[in-house]
Amino acid sequence: MRIQPNKATNRPFSETVIELFIRLCGISSILFVFGIFFFVFKEGASFLFNGLNLSEFLSSEEWYPTSLNNKRYGTLALILGTFGVTSLAMLMAVPFGLGAAIFVSEFCSPKLRETFKIVIEFLAAIPSVVWGFIGLTLMNQLIIQVFNAPIGLTMLNGSIMLALMSVPIIVSIAEDSLKAVPDSYREAAEALGATKWQVIYRVLLPAAKNGLLAAVLLGAARSIGETMAVLMATGHSVNIPTSPLSWIRTLTATIAAELGEVARGGEHYQVLFIIGILLFTITFIVNLIADLVIKGIRQG
Amino acid sequence: MRNKIEIEDLKVHYGDIPALNGISLNVVENEILGIIGPAQSGKTTLLKVINRTLELTQGVTIEGSVRLDGIDVNSIGDVYGLRKRIGMVLPLPVGLPLSIYDNVAFAPRTSGLRNKAELDVIVERCLQQAALWDEVKDRLDSLGTKLSGGQQQRLTIARALSHQPEILCLDEFSIAVDPITTMRIEEVLKSLKNEMTILLVTNLVQQAKRLANRTAFMLNGDLVEIDDTEVIFSDNPTQQSTYDYINGNFG
Repeated sequence: MRIQPNKATNRPFSETVIELFIRLCGISSILFVFGIFFFVFKEGASFLFNGLNLSEFLSSEEWYPTSLNNKRYGTLALILGTFGVTSLAMLMAVPFGLGAAIFVSEFCSPKLRETFKIVIEFLAAIPSVVWGFIGLTLMNQLIIQVFNAPIGLTMLNGSIMLALMSVPIIVSIAEDSLKAVPDSYREAAEALGATKWQVIYRVLLPAAKNGLLAAVLLGAARSIGETMAVLMATGHSVNIPTSPLSWIRTLTATIAAELGEVARGGEHYQVLFIIGILLFTITFIVNLIADLVIKGIRQG
Repeated sequence: MRNKIEIEDLKVHYGDIPALNGISLNVVENEILGIIGPAQSGKTTLLKVINRTLELTQGVTIEGSVRLDGIDVNSIGDVYGLRKRIGMVLPLPVGLPLSIYDNVAFAPRTSGLRNKAELDVIVERCLQQAALWDEVKDRLDSLGTKLSGGQQQRLTIARALSHQPEILCLDEFSIAVDPITTMRIEEVLKSLKNEMTILLVTNLVQQAKRLANRTAFMLNGDLVEIDDTEVIFSDNPTQQSTYDYINGNFG
């Protein structure tokens, strides 16, 4: 015979209310994500299924949405622009961010650590338009002088700005996950005669790898989604990037720059929403890969 | 009989809080020295001074001298080498987040040993010595942290033996281990005594009585008494508080 707990009599009323409230909070976050996806999808749906040549949309580099007699909606250059500037940014941000996190977590005195954390949090709070402004003025001049380039508003410029924006995220999440490694691991490894560096790469990094991976992916997600800084710093010119000094345009910057100028409900308007769906898909895939990688690590 | 460790007037403070108030004692080579005493009496601190891991703690001050084979440990330049000469088993079992094999191979690898065949020999020998081999020999690749508490404790003992230490410090190893396994490990310790000097910190006074050649009783950072185990556990040790503690009159 199974004995079922009697909820009505065993639980105080307040417990039921609290549980209901928490349940609503959880469900609402799912609803919001689906709601956003549904809205973006709805705005672009009719042209996506009726009129848009999907293979041309993904593989053509010709983005002429305002041409009078031959409108072309090819986003290849924009996709490559987004990926190029993000990868270049991660190439700079990941080593710096993880290195800084290891320094703050393992080598800093407690006093210096507090100072560092405040500065890093301050860095994270700088609005992206300010980074864009720095890219437009300071970094522009710097790149022109250092590389003798005709113009400094390039993929390199944008990726430096993105790196500066994602480093604080990477540092603070990576530092948290390193700090979460129990001190007993450090003590055990030190008692075995491991040097500081051996403790870090043989014990701490394996123990914190999930958190470190999350830090890198959140930094990357921030880079992919960032709009204003890349709009201002990369030249905003539709172009397949061939070198760090190419000027480029990203998916996000295209939406930001053009959505205000188009007729509501028109073809161009809908295409911009389809770009939104594309961005959604990209971030979804990135998150999915992250989940699978983390699961793989846990089992392995 | 040679002194392996000579501790002289050792004082330790954590900030303003005293932990050891001037302790002097010798550890004889190839003996098991039992160290008993209630919590907060400075037993763990004493062990950490010997392998110089205490100095990693923030705000700690250490005075006095600890000599290993007649050499002051603070004058030893290669502190990592020093720590490898001393196997340390901590009270709560800490399986590093690595496979069982990698846990035991950790210390030899930090010394630069890469040869798989040699590592295999060391891993098997240490796990045998720690009475764990039969239970894990078929799953050496699974995570050490997934073992049960008692198995993890034996894993840390295997790990401590992996660099063939001259001294083995056990800090309340039997907290997480069942009585049967405790007995098996105690048998192991008795045979290890021929190869190394053992410091056994324990809350179980009967364990000290079973294993130790000599026993030290510590209380509130002071060494109350150190003598042959038979004397300490007899009806008339030198100090009344030793008798009271052992017979459960306080603590």
